[in-house]
Amino acid sequence: MSNNKTLFQKVWDEHVVVPETPDTPAILYIDLHIVHEVTTPQAFSVLRESGLPVRRPDLTLPTLDHSTPTTPVSSFKDLLVAGEGAANQVRQMEQNCADFGLDLLGYGSGQRGIVHVIGPELGATQPGKTIVCGDSHSSTHGAFGALAFGIGTTEVGHVLATQCLLQRKPKTLEVNVDGKLPAGVGAKDLILALIGKIGVNGGTGHVIEYRGEAIEAMDMESRMTVCNMSIEAGARAGMIAPDSTTFDYLKGRPRAPQGGDWDAAVARWEQLRTDDGAEFDKSVTIDASELQPMVTFGTNPAMVVAINDPVPTRNDESFRKALNYMQIESGQAMTTHSVDVVFVGSCTNGRISDIEEAAGILKGHKIADGVRMLVVPGSDQVKQEAEERGLDKIITAAGAEWREPGCSMCIAMNGDIVKPGQLSVSTSNRNFEGRQGVGARTVLASPATAAASAIAGYVADPRNYS
Amino acid sequence: MKPIKQVRGRTVVLPTRDIDTDQIIAARFLTTTSSEGLGKNAFYDLRYNDDGSEKADFALNQPAADGCSILVGGNNFGCGSSREHAPWALLDYGFEAVISTEIADIFKNNALKNGLLAIVIDDVTHEWLMSNPGAEVTIDVAACSITLPDERAVGFEMESFARYCLLEGIDQLGFLQNASSAIESYEEKRSWRP
Repeated sequence: MSNNKTLFQKVWDEHVVVPETPDTPAILYIDLHIVHEVTTPQAFSVLRESGLPVRRPDLTLPTLDHSTPTTPVSSFKDLLVAGEGAANQVRQMEQNCADFGLDLLGYGSGQRGIVHVIGPELGATQPGKTIVCGDSHSSTHGAFGALAFGIGTTEVGHVLATQCLLQRKPKTLEVNVDGKLPAGVGAKDLILALIGKIGVNGGTGHVIEYRGEAIEAMDMESRMTVCNMSIEAGARAGMIAPDSTTFDYLKGRPRAPQGGDWDAAVARWEQLRTDDGAEFDKSVTIDASELQPMVTFGTNPAMVVAINDPVPTRNDESFRKALNYMQIESGQAMTTHSVDVVFVGSCTNGRISDIEEAAGILKGHKIADGVRMLVVPGSDQVKQEAEERGLDKIITAAGAEWREPGCSMCIAMNGDIVKPGQLSVSTSNRNFEGRQGVGARTVLASPATAAASAIAGYVADPRNYS
Repeated sequence: MKPIKQVRGRTVVLPTRDIDTDQIIAARFLTTTSSEGLGKNAFYDLRYNDDGSEKADFALNQPAADGCSILVGGNNFGCGSSREHAPWALLDYGFEAVISTEIADIFKNNALKNGLLAIVIDDVTHEWLMSNPGAEVTIDVAACSITLPDERAVGFEMESFARYCLLEGIDQLGFLQNASSAIESYEEKRSWRP
């Protein structure tokens, strides 16, 4: 065993309050806890019943995103909430934050948005932090060299009450992405291809570190897209070593270190790299230069194919069941399928560069007759920035709907749903049965592919539209 | 939490692999602020037709599934969303244990914290259970073993602390609270402040 450490090991070691033993997990300190209305009410109830306060309100970042409507509104009382349950959840979150002294980034704050969009854009997400949220896509924050993972509601209660979690140290998986991504192929295509290669359980029990030329060349938003979908390979977390791209992104953001603290932070962050000679438990290599735009054809994100390649076949009951649900046959390319709905948004692809990518394809075009396209910014700030750049005008001129921020049609619990049997090309992260609505057929893709498909009216190669 | 030393019951089999937590409890049922009463919506879209009638061919709807308390699932059970509503729904439905060859990390954590046994077993035993729905088995938490109907006992691994908490009925929040002095001294001595 060498003393050389991986990035993960460095962040882990720095947060161990009590080391693990054969009998007990480590007690791990959490630097940032992001909370939303869907996975926290039961945890706040536990605190209330036990008479416990939130231990560190200053390290707790609450917002509203999952069950909130995306129809235009001026205030919460005007909201067309999906149902009484959703409305009650939002009200209870507001009450919980008031009762426990938490500063809710809610309606009117100008900073509300999807948990994994606002953490980074506020500069609260930083290299070397431990970050958790009652949401599996917490792996997104690992793009900054944080150790970030999703937790259940019981654990949300643990963090609210103690700022700590009981954790066994996971294993490490190195993903080397060599070469350069070809033109028209982006971060979403890369992560879909990787999940296709290692499977939806390829990362179970592991923290992934993404490395290599293609990762280093990516901007922060692309890195977030990659880390976001680590959980779709079953991984606990995904991480990328921070570098000048990371520091440039964070500098000047409201919750990033300021003044003299900034220089000290950067000096500390520069140490957060895997040492030469450090060992990973597993390693996978992928050649970025060979990748193409990717689309899913089945009911999990590993059932993925290059846009012009035929859907593969497999002699397996689960595989057949998935294709049957999707009404898709092996042997034909996905480009033969017509599209009913296109969704651009979510914690995977709801950032400004994603909106820009979709708008770039849409510009000067109209979406096909019969296609419904929703573009949902990831946060108030993304919405504002997109409108300042006139992207909303391009989107609405093309015939798509420009909405209020939220998780929207990715999880379909706010009223934005795909109808039974409809085929949706979606920039979100899960194509599970019923994920976007009962009987909805989801094809995961990049914002460019989604926009191209909206114009074509069938699943389309974005390289023909740029 | 009540101590759980042993679970004895009959199995029901859902052979599909990669059963995700969206299938266990769909997102539209998450607009609740309680952890109770979710069982009626467990596997809803697999259990019911559009008109609300039961899908006759779904395993849970067959008469043989009545009273079964152990769910045997295909490989990689519980993947996807971190929603703890998934184990809450399975417990409320009447399940006491889930068995597969692989169980997703977050689901497994959530399940064990709620007293739903999440048991990972070897391929051979799994294959036997998949082909023998309705088998009466006993899961012994202390011994980390499953006893099959022919009295054969098969071992499994369970994280030692989770097992201890199940056996003793220990609330992990209490365990963390007992570490409060260690947490305070960690906060004081760390070299940078988050």
